[in-house]
Amino acid sequence: MLASKQISSVEMTQEFLQRIDQLNPEINAYITLDHEKSLAQARVADQRIAAGSATSLTGIPIAQKDIFCAKGWRTTCGSKMLENFISPYDAGVIERFDQAGAVNLGKTNMDEFAMGSSNETSYFGKVQNPWDRERVPGGSSGGSAAAVAARLCAAATGTDTGGSIRQPAALCGFSGLKPTYGLVSRYGMIAFASSLDQAGPMAKSCEDMALMMNVMTGFDERDSTSLHHEKEDYTRDLAKPLAGLKVGLPREFFADGLDSGVAAAVQNAIDEYRKLGAEMVDISLPNSMLSIPVYYVLAPAEASSNLSRYDGVRFGHRAAEYDDLLDMYCKSRAEGFGAEVKRRIMIGTYVLSAGYYDAYYLKAQQIRRLIANDFAEAFKQCDIIMGPTAPSTAFKAGEKADDPVSMYLQDIYTIAVNLAGLPGMSIPAGFVDGLPTGIQIIGNYFDEARMLNVGHAYQQVTDWHLQMPRGIGNL
Amino acid sequence: MHILAAEDVLENRAIITDIFKEFKIWNHKMSLNSSDVKRIAHLARIEVTDNEAETLLQKLSGILNLIEQMQAVDTSGITPMSHSQDVTQRLRPDAVTETDQRSLFQSIAPKLGNGVQDPAVADGLYLVPQVIE
Repeated sequence: MLASKQISSVEMTQEFLQRIDQLNPEINAYITLDHEKSLAQARVADQRIAAGSATSLTGIPIAQKDIFCAKGWRTTCGSKMLENFISPYDAGVIERFDQAGAVNLGKTNMDEFAMGSSNETSYFGKVQNPWDRERVPGGSSGGSAAAVAARLCAAATGTDTGGSIRQPAALCGFSGLKPTYGLVSRYGMIAFASSLDQAGPMAKSCEDMALMMNVMTGFDERDSTSLHHEKEDYTRDLAKPLAGLKVGLPREFFADGLDSGVAAAVQNAIDEYRKLGAEMVDISLPNSMLSIPVYYVLAPAEASSNLSRYDGVRFGHRAAEYDDLLDMYCKSRAEGFGAEVKRRIMIGTYVLSAGYYDAYYLKAQQIRRLIANDFAEAFKQCDIIMGPTAPSTAFKAGEKADDPVSMYLQDIYTIAVNLAGLPGMSIPAGFVDGLPTGIQIIGNYFDEARMLNVGHAYQQVTDWHLQMPRGIGNL
Repeated sequence: MHILAAEDVLENRAIITDIFKEFKIWNHKMSLNSSDVKRIAHLARIEVTDNEAETLLQKLSGILNLIEQMQAVDTSGITPMSHSQDVTQRLRPDAVTETDQRSLFQSIAPKLGNGVQDPAVADGLYLVPQVIE
């Protein structure tokens, strides 16, 4: 649209900013906006387009999850701890979008320090699901999710540690992808669980996500877990026919705990894939149901270490009153962190403490290998794995606030993918009582191009991904 | 008195060791109490009031019950996994590559606190309460 000069980047950015001004006070998708900065980038993009040096994302307004440090932008990670943190540097991901000439539309709301599945733990308030304002958008990338669903951006970035891109994508009816661990730089991406965190695109279609993957991926020497992987064009296989594709359906993903409406929608999607030429194979991931306890050892353990940097000394929240250094630490952290974050830091501290490390952390890392091995075995029998993304559609705000464990079970189908480091994607698969639901597509390591092809094929014969919620204004 | 043959002793020892392992794991299954919560809070450097400790105790115990499910799995001989790809830590030459950005980084220092609104920096250093007399 920009290339054909139907509209300039400045005009497109202004339109989005107007829509945001109208709808964001209710939906609360964005924490920080800076019209001046965004428009300045849009002007630079228009010059580049005029000069003929634009690339596919030049001038496109992208919403950035507030977990990415962006120079000169307030970056809060959804927390009071970083309420006034103006980042002095750009994350690797932000640099890449900058180089591509994209426009930073603003920083989106999220569960505090990425810990949550509903965006209800944010210090900056909850986010409304644009499909039903009394319901949650999912989390932790809830703000980015609402922004994409309500058309408050062209696309958004998210991060996924246990499902935080895929689950909101399912609950808000759009496409989200978590790449193979190590493909996208974690430099400048505020750390939650270092061995699980991965950034990815959230957009209206697999085609859009492929364009974003081309920008987001790539080795970064400042991230010690970044992988050297040959540069790929993720759009190259989008239009490939699916005939002969073997799809594994894990029986554990279609058992108890899955809402019948979601199960039916996913079955319909599977039938659609049969028509496209795919062959279904029954597979088993026997250790996958252990992924929740394993995750709730590993992620809090790594979080307790990562969040120890927030001590009120050099940046972030420092208590206004304190007696001595220990008191300064204890009060700054007690005041700066919300309840869920504190719970997870404490679980993490406990499982890493003397006498418990073997029984908990080490054990969890061992079961993690069993879970990864299950997938490796499964991929000998199929090319790609499919199943539901989330066990239900969006629940009402407040419904799970009192029971952390019931919230944790939201991620039952997504977490194993992070533990194994595999790529996972959710695309819209229909509606249950007017609420969106998604189908999850899991690929083998580095198989994103095929996953996007598989998703794209479905999006050519269905239009779930084109549906929009009511009440989001004229477009 | 029954005298065990050497092989029987070894077999019994193995059985008893296994039982002790179960017992050790079973001991870890114990629920938390308030003083555990206080101890953990201290390790995590997070102030927790007595009221908060009560609620935390409940919620943390719930989460610990969840993770106990791991103990049912036999993982003997399994190598722990921390990265999905077979990678080793990258090394780099021992040469200075960072530039001096101290004033940029210190421009976002927190306020000193205890009534003082100035940033907690002086002479390029960060200011905190004195630790060593």
